[in-house]
Amino acid sequence: MLEVKDLHVTVEGNEILKGLSLTVNVGEVHAIMGPNGSGKSTLSAVIAGKEDYEVTSGSITFEGRNVLEMEIEERAQAGLLLGFQYPVEIPGVKNIYLLKAALNAQRKARGENEIPAPEFMKLVREKLAVMKMDASFLQRAVNEGFSGGEKKRNEILQMLLLEPKLAMLDEIDSGLDIDAMKIVADGVNSLRSEERAVLMVTHYQRLLDYITPDYVHVLVDGRIVKSGDKSLALELESRGYEWVLEESAA
Amino acid sequence: MSATHTFLDRLEERIANRRESATTPEPSWVTARRQAGAARFEALGFPTRRDEAWKYTDVRRISEGDFALAQDADFSPSTAATLVLPLDAIRLSFVDGVFSAELSDMASLPEGLGVEPLSRAMSTNHESVGGSLGRLAGVEFSPFTALNTAFADEGAVIRIGSGVVVEKPILVQFFSRANAQPVMSHPRVLIEAGARSQATVIEHYVGEEDAANFTNVVSEVLLERGAILSHYILQEASLQDAHIGSLHVDQGRDSRFTSFNINLGGALVRNDLVADLNAENAEANYYGLFFAQGRQHVDNHTLVNHNAPHTFSNENYKGILGDRARGVFNGKVIVKRDSQKIEAHQSNANLLLSDRAEIDTKPELEIYADDVKCSHGATTGQLDEEAVFALRTRGIDEQTARGLLTLAFAGEVMDKVTLDTVAERVERAVAGKLPERFNLGDLVDVATADQA
Ligand SMILES: Nc1ncnc2c1ncn2[C@@H]1O[C@H](COP(=O)(O)OP(=O)(O)OP(=O)(O)O)[C@@H](O)[C@H]1O
Ligand SMILES: [Mg+2]
Repeated sequence: MLEVKDLHVTVEGNEILKGLSLTVNVGEVHAIMGPNGSGKSTLSAVIAGKEDYEVTSGSITFEGRNVLEMEIEERAQAGLLLGFQYPVEIPGVKNIYLLKAALNAQRKARGENEIPAPEFMKLVREKLAVMKMDASFLQRAVNEGFSGGEKKRNEILQMLLLEPKLAMLDEIDSGLDIDAMKIVADGVNSLRSEERAVLMVTHYQRLLDYITPDYVHVLVDGRIVKSGDKSLALELESRGYEWVLEESAA
Repeated sequence: MSATHTFLDRLEERIANRRESATTPEPSWVTARRQAGAARFEALGFPTRRDEAWKYTDVRRISEGDFALAQDADFSPSTAATLVLPLDAIRLSFVDGVFSAELSDMASLPEGLGVEPLSRAMSTNHESVGGSLGRLAGVEFSPFTALNTAFADEGAVIRIGSGVVVEKPILVQFFSRANAQPVMSHPRVLIEAGARSQATVIEHYVGEEDAANFTNVVSEVLLERGAILSHYILQEASLQDAHIGSLHVDQGRDSRFTSFNINLGGALVRNDLVADLNAENAEANYYGLFFAQGRQHVDNHTLVNHNAPHTFSNENYKGILGDRARGVFNGKVIVKRDSQKIEAHQSNANLLLSDRAEIDTKPELEIYADDVKCSHGATTGQLDEEAVFALRTRGIDEQTARGLLTLAFAGEVMDKVTLDTVAERVERAVAGKLPERFNLGDLVDVATADQA
């Protein structure tokens, strides 16, 4: 489904990703772990299309399409969705505007008609209930004045509505208390299916207790230096990253 | 001969031709006032960029123009219907400054409310108008006020009796036609709001797409004790029109004046708003929005005089400028000595959608009292590119994303607009005027549907 090959990415003259390769197949859940500044957010942002990043070599394909040639919105319409580590506040744009515009853009890209307002409202209310969010969030400006946990829930709310083929979640667990973590994890788990995949960045085993990954990758200094199954995350939790670094240097 | 003299001579000749056909002679006080206006205009001349108050606004489009006077108010009702605000309102209409009974609707005015064209008010009882007219807008205020004083012969007179609460909005419509030769008009609006009265007045400037006329309006508003007035200027004139307007407000004790000054049209636009808070507990709220594109030039000058203690003013203006448009905001607050315990807040935020758009913004505070609470600030910026990116990562195309963010920028002011039709009209206009037209209309609908 997603194929990242030997990806090199430069930001303001600094090489951040230095030959990263990763394959995600449908139905799989991948976790990416790694020290601060190793390039985890850069990877997901490049896949989503952030313009400040320069891809100097390598390739990204999604369902056979060259992602690097697609507009930001086309990537989303194709089913690649990024949940931000730091969701931006968008003063004045109501959540409901965002949801409706996003859903209709996706439907339009698929050649479908716009969703009728009552049907849309019903759908949104259903998803709000899953995320245990009050309907008042719809009339509030996107993320404005939201607590850290509410912002993360809002990201998942968008995912639930847009049902991405590949959900990329960048530290969706940071800033969440245990109850919110469960709600977010339930939301993500409800997206798991044979036709979809999840790629999530995290620092903590805690999230992986709720969303069990099929694969765990360690990203260090712009490269994936080790991959394994869920037990790798447990090992990282108890031993830290040092041993992986030493092992890869050897 | 200077532009001022040429302009004045031509206008005087044209006015004289029109007056010759008039049946009744003008009252002497009117003649005296006209002469004072003309003399003042002649002495001042058209403002130039050397005048501090006109530093950024070049009026040669007007001073070098040759504007006739409209001879009639003929206007196709079907064209008018496409332009008017869909409101259940009391309507008073002018076509290129000439009163149109056909396009007006003043049937069944509530008890205690008077709404009539100035010409009618004058012929019925000119003395009842004479006391108020020109009391607030003196010929000294600006060359354009002087010009209006000299030549105004039509306009709107709105008198709201004490304690009268007018439910329907009062809509004063100014239509501008696509004439073979451009015309000018100098309408005068007089609003007298009696004690504890309450009303909404909308001045709506709109016209045919190819209109290229000059409107020079002066409005005077007197609010007696406890009167509450919402006042809208919705300026949607054609992109060739020149629009100069000044609004002068006199506020009594406990009165509340809320102004919405919304400018979407016009090639050259200048608005002056002046409120005098003359007694305790008077409150003035100024909300403004201007959206200019192409080579539009929009200048808003506002002034609040805190002449009494315990008075309040609050101002929020938003400017959106695209292409090579130019905006000017000058907001001044003057707190007189002994006007203690006043509160004055002012803010102006501007959004530049293009590199070549320009804004000159200047908030000014002059405070001569010491126990006051004042704040002011001005900002100018571009759309938040992080927000554009965030929206696009949800599949929303770039133009729509920018449109949503532009609407959002206007939102803080538009949220204050209590007349939904006006708010919606503005939202649609802003959405529709964005580069590469797109439709945000259904977004507006869904949000309203959910709130209902
Ligand atoms: N816009 C930018 N300009 C300059 N440097 C940047 C920019 N964005 C990221 N970087 C740098 O790239 C490196 C990788 O950043 P990235 O955010 O991808 O790390 P991360 O693995 O997500 O870290 P964390 O665990 O702290 O979230 C860091 O050194 C960061 O400072
Ligand atoms: Mg990160």
